[in-house]
Amino acid sequence: MIELIKQPWHWAVAGVMIGLTVPTLLLIGNKTFGISSSLRHICAACFPANISYFKYNWKNEIWNLFFVVGVLLGGIIANQFLSNPNEFIVNENTVKDLKALGVTDFSAMMPADIFSVENIFTLKGLIFFVVGGLMVGFGTRYAGGCTSGHAIMGLSNLQLPSLIATISFMVGGFAMTHLIMPYIFKLF
Amino acid sequence: MTKTNTDNIVVEEFVCEAPNNQLKKESLASNIKYLIVGTIFGIVFVKAEIVSWFRIQEMFRLQSFHMYGVIGTAVVVGLISVQLIKRFNIKTLAGETVSIPDKTFNKGQIYGGLIFGLGWAITGACPGPLFAQIGSGFLAITVTFFSAVAGTWLYGAFNNKLPH
Repeated sequence: MIELIKQPWHWAVAGVMIGLTVPTLLLIGNKTFGISSSLRHICAACFPANISYFKYNWKNEIWNLFFVVGVLLGGIIANQFLSNPNEFIVNENTVKDLKALGVTDFSAMMPADIFSVENIFTLKGLIFFVVGGLMVGFGTRYAGGCTSGHAIMGLSNLQLPSLIATISFMVGGFAMTHLIMPYIFKLF
Repeated sequence: MTKTNTDNIVVEEFVCEAPNNQLKKESLASNIKYLIVGTIFGIVFVKAEIVSWFRIQEMFRLQSFHMYGVIGTAVVVGLISVQLIKRFNIKTLAGETVSIPDKTFNKGQIYGGLIFGLGWAITGACPGPLFAQIGSGFLAITVTFFSAVAGTWLYGAFNNKLPH
């Protein structure tokens, strides 16, 4: 059993479990699923700076912070006890495309060429961590949610604004991957 | 969303996108159940490799069905669950009626959505996987996380100057 769990999970298993998070949160505490709100609560709790957007009773939303601490713990548990003993597999066409851009490491879930601690104070770090992170935080709040709040929770509740947001996420991702990323990799 | 209070000062009405709609107060300890759900969620993120930058690249290059399968299945399961809850008026553990606020359209969903999409392809992470990536040992992602908090803060500071 444990050997089976250590294998990479099929998309259908992951999809069902993520989908079930929606009714689970609703039924155990009337909570609407959404993760990016946690970033707002962190701002409200730590750096409200008298900004009206951060002046609210974040303690009433503390469940969301418990949830994301859980996600962090889940990452630790999966990595420490359930890690895949086999080789990490990337689609061969993706490998070919990324090799052409200059990525060389395909051995783990994140390429060490980019996502290593040594890169934090480099141009790569500035683009992939700082600028990328800023866009994720700013964009999700501007859009009023992320993949969880809009694509999963919003679409589950048949919300048109969430469909518009989800399409926008995808358009942004396609534009970055195909139009902008080739130029970014030329910088290194 | 703004409204004017009795002193004619414009105050922002608090709208949380992932709100706590439970009327009954919860103790701090009872929040442990959300920690447990989050932990399972985090394990799924790592084991189904949703935290992988390569899986996100495969998705945006249309070279793998994996992420489409994950998100599509999650939406179908979520949709069926929400419809069942509404249809049979299934109550929460505290005996309350489930309430899911409707989302209202504003242009932020397009502008913000595009900005997030650009960032998603660079970082390989939505906010959820960010936490799981750090947990699974990619410590450089803590920088991405703090930048995402900073991005959220910048939105909060300038949101009334942005088109919505």
